[in-house]
Amino acid sequence: MSLVFAGVCSHAPGITGRTHMADRAVTDEFYGAFRGMADDLAAAKPDALIVVAAEHFANFFMNNMPAFAMGTAESYEGPIEDPRWLGIAHTTIPGNASLSLRLACEMMQTVDLAYAEEWKFDHGIMVPLSFLTPRYDLPVIPMNINCQGPPLTPLHRAWALGEALRRAADLVPERIAVVGTGGISHWPATPDSGKINEPWDREFLRRWQINDRPALLSYTDEATYREAGQGGYEIRTFISIAAAAQGRGRLRYYRPIPIFAVGCTVATMSIGD
Amino acid sequence: MQKFLFDINRDRDVQRQFHADLPELLGRYALSEEERRAVETRDIGLLYVLGANGQLLMHYAAFLGMPWADYIAAMRNGISKHGPVRAGVYAMTTRLDEKVADV
Repeated sequence: MSLVFAGVCSHAPGITGRTHMADRAVTDEFYGAFRGMADDLAAAKPDALIVVAAEHFANFFMNNMPAFAMGTAESYEGPIEDPRWLGIAHTTIPGNASLSLRLACEMMQTVDLAYAEEWKFDHGIMVPLSFLTPRYDLPVIPMNINCQGPPLTPLHRAWALGEALRRAADLVPERIAVVGTGGISHWPATPDSGKINEPWDREFLRRWQINDRPALLSYTDEATYREAGQGGYEIRTFISIAAAAQGRGRLRYYRPIPIFAVGCTVATMSIGD
Repeated sequence: MQKFLFDINRDRDVQRQFHADLPELLGRYALSEEERRAVETRDIGLLYVLGANGQLLMHYAAFLGMPWADYIAAMRNGISKHGPVRAGVYAMTTRLDEKVADV
């Protein structure tokens, strides 16, 4: 039928794995914003949720790294991480192979999409799902943009991916929701974990909310690495959502939570014409 | 080294073999002497300095059951003992005595 919901959110493993190390009042507000996004997602009555993630060498590795990939399986499993460490039990998540293939066929008219019938979810997808579809009862279609192993997918190609996703979603009879997951500035998985460049994040989110394509695509990887860390490469997922939604963003929550290693973000975007 | 970490993080058979017969498992990978020693002694700090991808290393530390604060401390100790990160994009930019998120 069409794209019926678009949003972005953080996916850092600390969000579910290190709750006990964070301030309860802070996490209550953050988790509340996440649940608010889940309520809006449910209200949109989607038939499937596409998660555009920046996974972390869980499936795609330097032996064969696609710029873009889409899952085409009937079901997925996750998390790959130790469930106690992540705070999310191991589970099976339903997919929709037929829908994946129809979307992929259309998207491949303009972007070269890898596809995978085997895909294990890491925190990049599991953390958002644990809030958005905690009963794992909505079919999920995973997508990945290479934000991990340079040479990375160029930003303008992440935009092109979002445009292709929108075109494909509007052509299928199902109601499609799409959520991009990732960090803005952060230095995860290093001793710097917890370092966050809040002004950089707020400027990025300003550009994202007004859907300023030239400004969103003007970042260089060199400057992003310097100012926003290697985690900043994940802005690609947010950019693809702006391209897919073609609307205006609403920032529902942003706050640096150092023990979660990221400026925790929950935002939705209207669906433009 | 990266391939070993990739496999052990996602493959339960490899995880079982890690505990059952580590020498056999490590024999499957092209590891330098230093990389092999880092795995055998569970030296997260040395793996970090050698350029292990940060995400792979974080998940591996979780597999080993390391508490978060110990994992962060192990990376700082690795830098202190072996010098700066030698490869990749997961370099440390904070000071050795800086506790970024109070850990």
